[in-house]
Amino acid sequence: MTQNIVEIDNLSFGYKNRTLHKGISMSFSRGKVVAIMGGSGSGKTTLLRLIGGQFKPTAGEVRVAGQVVHQQNREGIYKLRRKMGMLFQQGALFTDLSVYDNVAFPMRELTDLPESMIHDLVLMKLNAVGLRGAYSLMPTELSGGMARRVALARAIALDPDIMMYDEPFAGLDPISMAVICDLIRTLNDALGITSIVVTHDVEETFSFADYIYFVADGVVAAEGTPEDLRQSTLPFIHQFVHGEKDGPVPFHYPAADYKLDLLG
Amino acid sequence: MIRSKILIGLVRFLRKLGSDFIDKVWRLGAGTRLFGLMLISSGESFRRFRLVVREVYFTGVMSLVIISVSAFFVGMVLALQGYNTLQKYGSSEAIGVLVALALVRELGPVVTALLFAGRAGTAITAEIGLMKATEQLAAMEMMAVSPISRVIAPRFWAGVIALPILAALFSMIGILGGYLVAVPLIGVDSGAFWSQMQANVDWQFDILNGVIKSIVFGVACTMIALFEGYDAPPTAEGVSRATTRTVVTSSLVVLALDFVLTSFMIV
Repeated sequence: MTQNIVEIDNLSFGYKNRTLHKGISMSFSRGKVVAIMGGSGSGKTTLLRLIGGQFKPTAGEVRVAGQVVHQQNREGIYKLRRKMGMLFQQGALFTDLSVYDNVAFPMRELTDLPESMIHDLVLMKLNAVGLRGAYSLMPTELSGGMARRVALARAIALDPDIMMYDEPFAGLDPISMAVICDLIRTLNDALGITSIVVTHDVEETFSFADYIYFVADGVVAAEGTPEDLRQSTLPFIHQFVHGEKDGPVPFHYPAADYKLDLLG
Repeated sequence: MIRSKILIGLVRFLRKLGSDFIDKVWRLGAGTRLFGLMLISSGESFRRFRLVVREVYFTGVMSLVIISVSAFFVGMVLALQGYNTLQKYGSSEAIGVLVALALVRELGPVVTALLFAGRAGTAITAEIGLMKATEQLAAMEMMAVSPISRVIAPRFWAGVIALPILAALFSMIGILGGYLVAVPLIGVDSGAFWSQMQANVDWQFDILNGVIKSIVFGVACTMIALFEGYDAPPTAEGVSRATTRTVVTSSLVVLALDFVLTSFMIV
């Protein structure tokens, strides 16, 4: 068994007229919480989709449990995805199903478990995220933080080996943020899974991640433990970690001369 | 200077025409591909038929009110207009046949399909478009559950089942509306109304052809609604445009298909 459950090797990807990744390499060790950080639009979420086989790389490869994702056929990709759980940015709960049915969804669709066992499993998963009491609510009745936790319970429903989190803190209040932060670490350690967290929240990420990759301009700009990166003198990392307005990432979007624009 | 401007304008016009045409052909191909994939992935819908039944409720049962009320008025208007013309030729007893044939052969399937596109088709497009915009379809994909077999196929079969039943109900309620106007209101003989209808409405030529039409319209309307939703850009504007396109495309396709089918059936 290899040490790394997910490996990204010299990966390039882009849309029609825009290159997002130019030869990225990363590795994700079993049992670790690894964060991928970078500015908005740097292609972090796309990396998760590439790991999940929703997109095909233009060059390089992603290996999950030793298998090259984009070389799999549909069946193979679905087989790999059963090892993965993903928490989407806004939760992506099925709005026509209750909290209970949302968590039960993957179990009903992908297993032949009897309903009585599904009942127990759903309540256990909901209990793990602290929302057993909310099982009968509809997604519209939940706050943003609660929806995210239900989605988390759904993502771990079939005990995945890999959990992927897409901006898990976006738009949450500090309490919900702390809860999610704690859950990521606890679930990772309790279930022995590997977590890949895509985010741009510096403080939260530095508090729980084992290893961090910084992505900028389509390449890995820096990597290391939170402590290494805090000490980093690289201008981009310094600007990002300390939240400085101007630096290598300019405040202004490239534009024509200001005077010329105003006075013609 | 002016000539070059005209030339540039002409080139732009041609370019737009070409790109619009390519876009239409591309969408036709993408729609057909989705249709093929949906047919291949339909097994789940039949194994777990309750998924289809649930959708039949949303697309069919929930459309009952609009279908029934419209049918009732269409039938009443047909009887009024029909009587007005038929009495000039002294054959007002044929009113029952006229109402029944008009409904069973044409108006039943066509108007039901148009109303279905407006009531159920838009709901399907908006629902699937929003499921896409809120990443519900992507979440399903990531769970190794195919959205085509779990979301698209059950809705398709539900539409194909619901539309012929709705069209049959439309014809029945329309005939009832026609009867109420012709017999109690105008005073046409009740026996003549029903017996003429019974004698002149042919099972195969009239009723079966009407059923075939409604099945074809069911396939077309539901597939258009599903494709527009599945293909919608995941934004508020994208979903709203897709919903409009569902109604416009479905209506045009239904009317065009009606002409083609009628010409095959009559010739």
